[in-house]
Amino acid sequence: MLKFPIYLDNNATTKLDPRVLEAMMPYLTETFGNAASRNHAFGWQAEEAVDYAREQIASLINCSPKEIIFTSGATESDNLAIKGVFEMYASKGNHIITLTTEHKAVLDPCKHIEKMGGKVTYLQVNSEGLIDLKQLEEAITDKTILISVMYANNEIGVIQPIREISAIARKHGVLFFTDATQAVGKIPVDVEADGIDLMAFSGHKMYGPKGVGALYVRRKNPRVKVTAQMDGGGHERGMRSGTLNVPGIVGLGKAAEVAKQDMEKDTARIIAMRDRLEKELLTIEESYVNGSVEHRLPHVSNISFKYVEGEGLMMGVKDIAVSSGSACTSASLEPSYVLKALGLSDDLAHSSLRFGFSRFTTEEEVDYAIGHVKEAVAKLREMSPLWEMFKEGIDLNSIEWADH
Amino acid sequence: MAYSDKVIDHYNNPRNVGTLDKAKTSVGTGLVGAPECGDVMRLQIEVDENQIITDAKFKTFGCGSAIASSSLATEWLKGKSVDEALTIDNMDIVEELALPPVKIHCSVLAEDAIKSAINDYRVKNGLPALEMPKSHH
Repeated sequence: MLKFPIYLDNNATTKLDPRVLEAMMPYLTETFGNAASRNHAFGWQAEEAVDYAREQIASLINCSPKEIIFTSGATESDNLAIKGVFEMYASKGNHIITLTTEHKAVLDPCKHIEKMGGKVTYLQVNSEGLIDLKQLEEAITDKTILISVMYANNEIGVIQPIREISAIARKHGVLFFTDATQAVGKIPVDVEADGIDLMAFSGHKMYGPKGVGALYVRRKNPRVKVTAQMDGGGHERGMRSGTLNVPGIVGLGKAAEVAKQDMEKDTARIIAMRDRLEKELLTIEESYVNGSVEHRLPHVSNISFKYVEGEGLMMGVKDIAVSSGSACTSASLEPSYVLKALGLSDDLAHSSLRFGFSRFTTEEEVDYAIGHVKEAVAKLREMSPLWEMFKEGIDLNSIEWADH
Repeated sequence: MAYSDKVIDHYNNPRNVGTLDKAKTSVGTGLVGAPECGDVMRLQIEVDENQIITDAKFKTFGCGSAIASSSLATEWLKGKSVDEALTIDNMDIVEELALPPVKIHCSVLAEDAIKSAINDYRVKNGLPALEMPKSHH
């Protein structure tokens, strides 16, 4: 039995796995101690639970438990990494290199750095959404302290060549930070093999709870330090003060354990469903997949349906919950900056839908979504003046559109 | 964002979707907006010898509010004289459809489409074009 609306927005957030909830429950009820309480059993139990979670996470990303700093989520981790490195390594330099397609949680801290007198280079990506390694290397100066490149993109799922990037960073003695929010728990991420110095990720993107995340901070080769952005109590080796969110951390730990255990099985199922949806939807005339299909996360598909507008389309596919690259609701009317960075024209960027799959997505749901989207696109194209012009062979670029 | 019931009704059952023969001198066509802004409206009117709008059709590329605004505009246009049609204000559309502030531009576009269609009709029939309000943009 299908339940509506069908959730296909798993790059925004994921459903809490029941196994994770079960692990968290005691820490939301009886075992409520403060992990920093050193002199009674309540505190010890909480600390033990946190330490165990640290191990579960360390095992997923192949690091030492001591290298995990718990935060409130990936946004905080991104802020701590970028601002924290900028402050800590101020004597070494003030230049950061990042991508135009990064998440706002990286771009906005970078803007903050610029206001503080730092310099930031925003590298363009190619039409597939991938970094140009030559440009990256050329952008490095003797003032460069950090390269910040996301592991995989949240809108199109494109996976960057992490090992090649870290090799360049190493060669020039520059730290490498990656926002791996979309990647951790979904694809194998190994901070050693990948050569990552700092890495942000969060619980709720991997079937864990909201409000908890982590920053991996390398302790050896090189030993990396960040200046705390939150003061008060010196928790997390002085890098992030604040009472630990014990139930959240336990949940993140369990989510990591489940991810490691089920990744292979989940991925095979998810890819099969994603590819099926993509193949079917691409039978619609004038529809295109955005971003590299070769270097891509298993659980996302971003498709533009030319001549229909994304927000209007979302209203037509009300039985499924998806995202659109159209930002008609924002005052600026600007479509997705990520899609525009791929060189997509504004109208194609406005016409996109992002489908995100999870371990809870079923084939039946995908089949329903396929039919639902096909119908909605057909209906809206009947209503679209642009579709009519296209069908009449009119080149839309030849029309002088009014300023808007 | 939640849409009003009226927007949903126009979206689900759009009135007067279609195309009139733009070659006819009795037909005025307005094409406003731009694909890169995510909104394009084409609104057409057919005017009889008494200056009464006997038919109106639209096609819109845009969000639900843009579709509803143009659908509503065609409903209002039918039966009105050209002069009466010129008095349709975008705020009337905002009020009727309960559009939120971020969607007011959809109603502005619909008003522009009406005026643009009327101007096309006027020019075709040897009348001078009326000045389009530019204050909205």
